[in-house]
Amino acid sequence: MSEPQDASGSRQDRPTQTTPAVEVHGVDKVFETRSGHVQALESIDLTVAAGEFVSLIGPSGCGKSTLMRLVADLDEPTAGDLAVFGKSARQARLDQEYGIAFQQAGLLPWRTVAGNVALPLELHGVASAARASRVAELLDMVGLADFADRHPDQLSGGMQQRVAIARALAEQPRLLLMDEPFGALDEMTREKMQTELVRISAETGAAVVFVTHSIPEAVFLSDRVVVMSPRPGRIREIVPMRLGAEAERAERTEELREERAFFDMVTAVREALHGGSPVGAGARGVETR
Amino acid sequence: MREQTETAVTDAPDVAMRDASAPARDTRPPRRARGGRRLATWLWGLAGIVAIALIWEVYKLLGPADGVVIGGARVLPRTTDLAMPHVWDMAGRLAEPVTRSASAQPLWLVIVLAALTTLGIAAAGWLVGLVVGVGLALVMQRWRIAEWGLLPWIVLSQTVPLIAFAPVVKSWGSRVEIGAFEWQDWMSVALIASYLAFFPIAVGALKGLQSPDVIHEELMQTYAAGYWQTLVKLRFPAAVPYLLPALRLGAANAVVGAVVAEVSTGLQGGIGRILIQFAGQASGDPAKAWGPIFGAVVLGLVAAGSVALLGVILKNYRRTEEAA
Ligand SMILES: Nc1ncnc2c1ncn2[C@@H]1O[C@H](COP(=O)(O)OP(=O)(O)OP(=O)(O)O)[C@@H](O)[C@H]1O
Ligand SMILES: [Mg+2]
Repeated sequence: MSEPQDASGSRQDRPTQTTPAVEVHGVDKVFETRSGHVQALESIDLTVAAGEFVSLIGPSGCGKSTLMRLVADLDEPTAGDLAVFGKSARQARLDQEYGIAFQQAGLLPWRTVAGNVALPLELHGVASAARASRVAELLDMVGLADFADRHPDQLSGGMQQRVAIARALAEQPRLLLMDEPFGALDEMTREKMQTELVRISAETGAAVVFVTHSIPEAVFLSDRVVVMSPRPGRIREIVPMRLGAEAERAERTEELREERAFFDMVTAVREALHGGSPVGAGARGVETR
Repeated sequence: MREQTETAVTDAPDVAMRDASAPARDTRPPRRARGGRRLATWLWGLAGIVAIALIWEVYKLLGPADGVVIGGARVLPRTTDLAMPHVWDMAGRLAEPVTRSASAQPLWLVIVLAALTTLGIAAAGWLVGLVVGVGLALVMQRWRIAEWGLLPWIVLSQTVPLIAFAPVVKSWGSRVEIGAFEWQDWMSVALIASYLAFFPIAVGALKGLQSPDVIHEELMQTYAAGYWQTLVKLRFPAAVPYLLPALRLGAANAVVGAVVAEVSTGLQGGIGRILIQFAGQASGDPAKAWGPIFGAVVLGLVAAGSVALLGVILKNYRRTEEAA
C-alpha cells in the first residue's frame, strides 16, 4: 500500500533524534546456573532508531525478555556493547530514559489506581498539582478515569495491565520497553490497546521495543519485526513491515487488519519464524492467529 | 495469659498466609454482612466466657471436694470455696471495697488503676521493642551478612530467661546515673517487657521487609529509586501484613513480661504487685485473689486489641494484588 522503506527504519529524518534509541552490538548473555551454562543470547546485533517501533517475536525461551532486561539495565550482558540513546544502559536507567511495562502488571496492591500511576512521578519529585493532572490525563487515555480510586484487587487482569501501561507512559519516555503487555487482555481490548499504542507512540515520537507472541500483533504495530530463534537465542531475521510508517503510522486503523498487505506481512513473519521454509502445521510456541 | 500469647502465635503465619493467597477480586463481603460478622465474633467470645463459667460451676458442684488425684498428682483442683470460689462471689467481690477500712476504694477501681500503671510500663517496653526490633530487621534486611550474624543470636536471646534475672536487672539499673537522669525501678520492668516484645517484632519485620516481589523491586530499580525511597514506598508498606501480627504478639509479650517482672522485682503500683499481695490474703478472702487475675487477662486483651485497631487504620496495606 505504500512505498518500500529501508530496513533501518525511516524515522531518522528528525534533526533532534539522530542518536538511535537502542544500539546492541555482539551481545552475549550466559546465565550461570547450578546445572551449567545457559546461553540465553548469542551475538545479538540490533539498532532501534529513535521513534521506531520494533517487535521481538520468537518461541518461548529464545531470550526476548532477557534482551529487554539488558536494555533496561536489570541484567548485564556477558559480552558485547549496549547503548541507549548513546549512553550506557546504566546511565540511561539513572536518567530515566525509558518506561517499562512487564508481562505482569506489577501494581502495588496498597495503592489506588491513581496512586500507582503517580508512583514514578512521586519518586522523581513532580509537584502534586502537576502530578494529579498528569495522572488524570493518563487514566483518561487508558479508559480508566472512573476507576482512579479503586485498588488493584478490584480490577480485572486487563484493567491492571492498562494501569501498568499508563504508569510506563507517565514520564513521557523517549523509549518504551514492553514485555508482552497485552497478554492478559481479551481480543477486543487487545485490538483497542494496539490502536491506542500506535497512536501514543506516533504522538510522542517514542521508540518502542515490544515483545509479543502474536504475529498479527507484531505486524500491526511494528516498523520492523525481529524474529528470534532459541537455544542459543539469536536473531534469525529482521522483517521490515511495509504497512506505511511515517505519517501513515498514525493512521493505522482497524481497516488495516483486513488488507492484503497485512496478510502478506503475516506470512512473511511466519516463514521467517519457521526458518524460511514454507509454513507447515504446528507452529511451536507462537500464536499464528 | 499464656493462652492469649499462644493464640497470637498461631495467628501470625495464618494472617500472612491468608493475605498472600487472597482469592480473586472483591471477596470482601458487603458492609452489612461484615458488621454482622463482627457482631458474631463478639457473641462467640461472650459464649466462650459463659461456657467457662458454666464448666467452673458444674465441676464445683459435682467434682469431689479433694479434686481428682491420679498416682499422687492432682490433675483436677479441689472444689472447696477456698480453691474455687463461686463465679458470682468473684464478680461480686469486685464491687466491694478492698479493705474493711472506711476510706477504702472498691476492688475493681484498685485493679483498674494498677492495670493502667502496668499498661503504661508495658507500652513503654513495647515501644522500645518496636524500635529495636524494626531497627534490627532493617540492618538484617540491608546486609545479608548481618542476617547470618544476628539472627541466631536474636533467637538465642529468647532462651535466656531474663525474667528470672529481673532482680539482677533492677540492681544493674540502680547503678545507672547519667547527669540528671536517674534509673527508675519501673524502667527495669519496661526493659524486661521490651526484651520479650522485640523478638517477634524483629522476626516479623524482617520477613515483611524481605517480602516484596522481585517484579516490584525491579520496578523501583527502573525508577532509579534509592535505598530510602524503596524502603518508604515499597518495603514498609509491603511489610505491614507481617508486622501487624508481630506487633500484636509483641504487645501480649510485653504485658506478660511487665506483670512477671513486677512480681519478681517487687515493683509497687502495678498489677503484678497486687496479684501477689491479694494471693497472700487468699486464705481469708479467696474471691479477692481472682480480681487481679481477671485484670491481667483484660490487660492482655486491651494491649492486643489496641494493635488490632492499628490494623484497621492500615487496612489498605493488607491488600494483595490479585492474580488475574
Ligand atoms: N535468571 C536466569 N537464570 C538462568 N537462566 C535464565 C534466567 N533468565 C532466563 N534464563 C534462561 O534464558 C533463556 C531465555 O529466557 P527468556 O525469559 O529471555 O525467554 P523469552 O524469550 O522471554 O521466553 P517467553 O516467551 O516464554 O517469555 C531461557 O532458556 C531461560 O531458561
Ligand atoms: Mg519472556
